Amino acid sequence: MAKALFIDTSRCIACRGCQTACKEWHGLPAVPTRQRGTHQNPPDLNPFNYKLVRFTEAKTAGKVEWLFFPDQCHHCLEPSCKGTAESFAPEAIVVDKKTGAVVYTEKTANLTAAQCKEIQQSCPYDIPRRNDKTGILTKCDMCIDRIRADLAPICVKTCGTGAMNFGERDAMLAMAHHRLGAVKVSHPKAQLVDPEDVRVIYLVTNPEPALKKQGKQAVESYSRRELLGGLVSPFRRMAG
Amino acid sequence: MTNHWIDIKNADVILIMGSNAAEHHPISFKWVLKAKDAGATVIHIDPKFSRTSARSDMHVPLRSGTDIPLLGGMVRYILEKEKFNREYVAEYTNASFIVGEGYDFKNGLFSGFDPSAKKYDQKKWVFTVDENGVPKRDKTLNHPRCVFQLMKKHYQRYTPKKVSAVTGVSGENLLKVYEIYAATGAPGKAGTMMYALGWTQHTVGVQNIRLGAIVQLLLGNMGVAGGGINALRGEPNVQGSTDHCILWNTLPGYLPLPTSDQTTLEKYLRANTPQTHDPKSVNWWSNKPKYVVSLLKGWMGEAATSENGFGYGWLPKADPGVDYSVIFLLDRMYKGQIKGGFILGHNPAQSMPNSNKVRKALDKLDWLAVAEIHNSETTDFWRRPGVDPKKIQTEVFLLPSCQRGEKDGSITNSGRWLMWHAKGIEPMGRSRSMGSMVVDIFKRVRALYAKESGAFPDPILKMVWPEVYDADGVAKRINGAYTRDMTVKGKQYKKGEQVESFLFLRDDGSTSSLNWLYAGSYGSAGNLARRRDLAQTSMQARIGLFPNFSWAWPVNRRILYNRASVDPNGKPFNAAKPVIAWENDKWVGDVPDGPAPPMASPRGKYPFIMQMQGMGQLYGPGRVDGPFPEHYEPAETPVRSHPFSAQLSNPCMKGAQSDMDVLAKPGDPRFPFVLTTYGVAEQWCGGVDTRNTALLLETEPQLYVEMSPELARLRGIGNGEPVVVESARGRVEAIAMVTVRLTPFTVLGKTVHLVGMPFCFGWTTPGAGDATNRLSASVCDPNVSIPEYKACLVDVRKAQKVTELHV
Ligand code: SF4
Ligand code: SF4
Repeated sequence: MAKALFIDTSRCIACRGCQTACKEWHGLPAVPTRQRGTHQNPPDLNPFNYKLVRFTEAKTAGKVEWLFFPDQCHHCLEPSCKGTAESFAPEAIVVDKKTGAVVYTEKTANLTAAQCKEIQQSCPYDIPRRNDKTGILTKCDMCIDRIRADLAPICVKTCGTGAMNFGERDAMLAMAHHRLGAVKVSHPKAQLVDPEDVRVIYLVTNPEPALKKQGKQAVESYSRRELLGGLVSPFRRMAG
Repeated sequence: MTNHWIDIKNADVILIMGSNAAEHHPISFKWVLKAKDAGATVIHIDPKFSRTSARSDMHVPLRSGTDIPLLGGMVRYILEKEKFNREYVAEYTNASFIVGEGYDFKNGLFSGFDPSAKKYDQKKWVFTVDENGVPKRDKTLNHPRCVFQLMKKHYQRYTPKKVSAVTGVSGENLLKVYEIYAATGAPGKAGTMMYALGWTQHTVGVQNIRLGAIVQLLLGNMGVAGGGINALRGEPNVQGSTDHCILWNTLPGYLPLPTSDQTTLEKYLRANTPQTHDPKSVNWWSNKPKYVVSLLKGWMGEAATSENGFGYGWLPKADPGVDYSVIFLLDRMYKGQIKGGFILGHNPAQSMPNSNKVRKALDKLDWLAVAEIHNSETTDFWRRPGVDPKKIQTEVFLLPSCQRGEKDGSITNSGRWLMWHAKGIEPMGRSRSMGSMVVDIFKRVRALYAKESGAFPDPILKMVWPEVYDADGVAKRINGAYTRDMTVKGKQYKKGEQVESFLFLRDDGSTSSLNWLYAGSYGSAGNLARRRDLAQTSMQARIGLFPNFSWAWPVNRRILYNRASVDPNGKPFNAAKPVIAWENDKWVGDVPDGPAPPMASPRGKYPFIMQMQGMGQLYGPGRVDGPFPEHYEPAETPVRSHPFSAQLSNPCMKGAQSDMDVLAKPGDPRFPFVLTTYGVAEQWCGGVDTRNTALLLETEPQLYVEMSPELARLRGIGNGEPVVVESARGRVEAIAMVTVRLTPFTVLGKTVHLVGMPFCFGWTTPGAGDATNRLSASVCDPNVSIPEYKACLVDVRKAQKVTELHV
């Protein structure tokens, strides 16, 4: 049966348990980091971090808002990364029939750096990252090994607050819509991100893309221009 | 916690104050969010907007060290608007007690103050008693000398205007907090308070918590589901180690440490066993002799006899009036009065205040043994930056300790649940558990005494000591057993049989127990800390109470003071979320605070069984710095006066005195900013474990100082730039984290900037930064000597040269 994750960012406390557990499960080494004036570390997804909690803060009309976004592959129903890769190296990117997980195989090593860049650019959420040493293209694999062993993905298992959820896609969609109704009471702008197109369904309380994916610090107030200027990697479609 | 983690979900209002619960107790937010789902309001009061604030309905920034004004204003609001639970206050608290004529409060001082000794004569604050020694009461609460009226007068002074001026909290925010929280005084409503080191680590730490408890008592929030005063205690087994007397002034189970003037067991027991003539008061501590004698039997075994006071004479004793807490211990070390010693799982060179002084103190030792998992700033103090190892004479022994997963044992969680864990893997290398180290070291010491003798050998030679360390065996001894064949209430018990609970402990030497609080955890049914059974009654299910999962002290009671959750007839105040109820002549629900029938019955008892008079103490004559909490500024404060009195700081405040213990003057222009210190989610306490865990260091790699954009502008500092933070005691390099999550305060008409720093980094992690505590001061609360980590004064400026951080 087709699986899905529901990520309720309104319940996320940015403990980064999921981010760290993901690395541990996949045996990924630590990357050297620096304090750069934000808690977000490493600064971005990379071949050794498939999951990254993004921190974004802003003060508008005296009210502080701090958004946490546990970023990862959305496991698209029609993955454009796979579409792009197909012509370069068939079977480099596959969709697992049983779960629907989009999985990158060792064959991604047959892709050139330029092709990887193209694949990355074709991803609407800017997810894939190339390991320049091995040539392998990397991202979240939905813990397909765990799912096959009847276990939830490690990020879901680790999350203590109910932000990360896993199950049948229908059940996750139902949960997402139910939660959206509840969250809208306090956050009228809350949205689900592309729920019809992905297997990793995010609920966001504030869909301003400028605030969300840039990891931008200390946005004291943002004008319309800045807002539009920030629209570099918008979500394809928001569903109310 | 009086309650427990799951119970948080039962609250209607959650006040998180003096805690960053989401970051330091992430799992608490599982339950906070469940409460929110059910409609609860979550308020976070804290200087900084943190991950906790992000998930709360409301964040209220407050200047560090001004919790008492804010809560004092709340008491005033509750009394003025009559939001308190009248029946609860009159029946279950000491509001109705008549205070003697000796009590007075003037100019910020209570009566009986001796300025030269910095001490009060607490006898001035006693209650007026009847011919039986029972306090006189006026349940109408109108008597001008009753606690209720005195309290009203005391907090009348905490007007919203003054509170706002001193805390920096807007009048609008204050009112909102007061309205929302005071609404939990209505019958059937519950408010919980979640607090941690943000309340305790002040020179008024104990009074901060007392005032929180006073609010809870006024609103009838103690003993009920979703209520309580909840100290969030951490993973390092803070609860368990306190229960088992990690603090110098207690023996296991909060029995007081004997003093040298208490020369016999009788004298010690007489001085420490409270007595009441009120038949309705349980006065639980009247059982103290049973617990003390059973403890001595547990320690000394056959050697403890009634003739020798059960070996009381062999116990170490404190000199009266001397403070042996760690600040003063380190001070004596600095002054060369200590030759050597053991440090187990503690990193004082990094985590104690004024750590520059602590490091110099360690230099004075002849020898030091440190048990640790990793090398730390303490194990390696002799090779710290700027020091020539050849010049340090201390001989240092490193005892490699294993990790939790490598040994059997227990932790006691914040809700007082004793949780057993089994060894997962063998200890790495030659590391071993600290229990086995202590067992073996003591055996060798004892062998030396047996061979060569020495001063005062009896306690060392006679103590019951195992051949090998065995966690299960220790757990059994903690529970306790019969020391001879006994018949109790017609039932026969054999020598060596486990006791079933502390109700069976006796003061005649027939029972042993290494900690009365834990008696019952390992009775005939075995080690109950291993239980993971989710069975519960439908009544228990309503409040998320799982009596068969692990075991909670005392006697598996999950909510303390639960007799206060019912009216005098035993009917729950909140029918929807009952903790206990009197049905068909028995209690159902949680384990009640004693089997006695409800209070209204002739054999009924008062609910606050640990208090001598059985009442919640709104008025607390037992605290050394006053029966009512009063606002005093931190030892280092940005203001020169405050609106409540001319007494600027806590008159009883303690502190170390040496050439290195310098304090900035009030409002010192050299150090204009307030510094508050804290942990960070990804690093555990002092960080020795987590800094050595690469994946965690990746997430929080270096020391930072959080500051507002306004302060950054003032000092010309950009986000991510290295800066120098300096106090009267030290200088620290950190990366500036310029954030809108900090906001300047307006205090008494002036702008006060506050900065915040984590304390978890140290030089043994290369380039991560060094101890923040080189800035903090060795000043502390007079009741329990907890240091004031949460407020001191600093300056911040751009760094010209950086040596402590990789940049
Ligand atoms: S584990 Fe859960 S709460 Fe923690 S950062 Fe990940 S999603 Fe957020
Ligand atoms: S989110 Fe990007 S990487 Fe993931 S499946 Fe969709 S297109 Fe591919």
